[in-house]
Amino acid sequence: MKDNKPQIAKSGGASKPGGLNSEIQSRIGHQLRAMYDDVVRQGVPDRFADLIRKLDTPDGGAGTPVKNDGRD
Amino acid sequence: MPLTNSLRDDILATVPSLRAFAMSLSGNSDRADDLVQETLLRALANIDSFQPGSNLPAWLFTILRNLFRSDYRKRRREVEDADGSYAETLKSQPNQTAHLEFEEFRAALEKLPQDQREALILVGASGFSYEDAAAICGCAVGTIKSRVNRARSKLSTMLSVDNAEDFGPDDTVRAVIGGGR
Repeated sequence: MKDNKPQIAKSGGASKPGGLNSEIQSRIGHQLRAMYDDVVRQGVPDRFADLIRKLDTPDGGAGTPVKNDGRD
Repeated sequence: MPLTNSLRDDILATVPSLRAFAMSLSGNSDRADDLVQETLLRALANIDSFQPGSNLPAWLFTILRNLFRSDYRKRRREVEDADGSYAETLKSQPNQTAHLEFEEFRAALEKLPQDQREALILVGASGFSYEDAAAICGCAVGTIKSRVNRARSKLSTMLSVDNAEDFGPDDTVRAVIGGGR
C-alpha cells in the first residue's frame, strides 16, 4: 500500500498563501483535544466505578472503600 | 491474567478516555456511555485473554471500537445529536463565540468518513502512536498515517471555506491560534 505524504498544501483551492492553512491545522489540533479533554475531565461516572467494583466482589462489595472517581 | 486490584485500577483509569473516544465516535453521550459499559463488561469477561504488560488502553480501545463498528452497521446512527445532548456535556467553552466555533468544528468532524475520523481521534486526541492506532483499527501503519492526513486535509478545507467569510479579528480565534505556537 502506498503511504501518502501529507497533501495539505494542495487541498483543492482551500490553501491560501500566508499560512492560513497552518493556522487552521493548529486550530484543528486544539479543537480536537479540547473536545476530547472536556469528556476526559469528567472523570469516572459512578456507574462504571460501581460496575467494576461489583464484578470484583460478587457479594456486592459492601466493604470496598469508595474510590476517588477521578474528579478534582 | 486474573482481575487484580491494580488491573482494576488501571481499567478505571482508562474509563475517562474511553468515554471521550466513545463520544467522538458516536456523537451522543447516552450512546457513548452504553458503549463504555459494554466495553467494560466484555473486557472483564475476557480478562484472561489480556496479556500482562501489554498496552491496556489499546486493548480496551480495540474492544470499544469493534463494538461500535458492529453496532454501527446495525443502527446507522439512528440517533443523531438532534437535541444537542453532546454539546450539553461540554462545559468548559469560554463564551458564545467559542461555542459556535466549536460546533462548527464538531459538525465538520462528523462529515469525515468513519475510518478517517477514528484515526484522527486516536492519534490527534487520544495520543496513541501510529503503531498503536493501527493495531486498534486492525490495519497497516501506513494506512493510519494516510487516513490521518486525509482527515486533516478535509477538515482544513471545510474550516477554511467557512472561515473565509468570518475569519475576522476575533480575540477568541486569535487566542486559540496563538496558543498553538
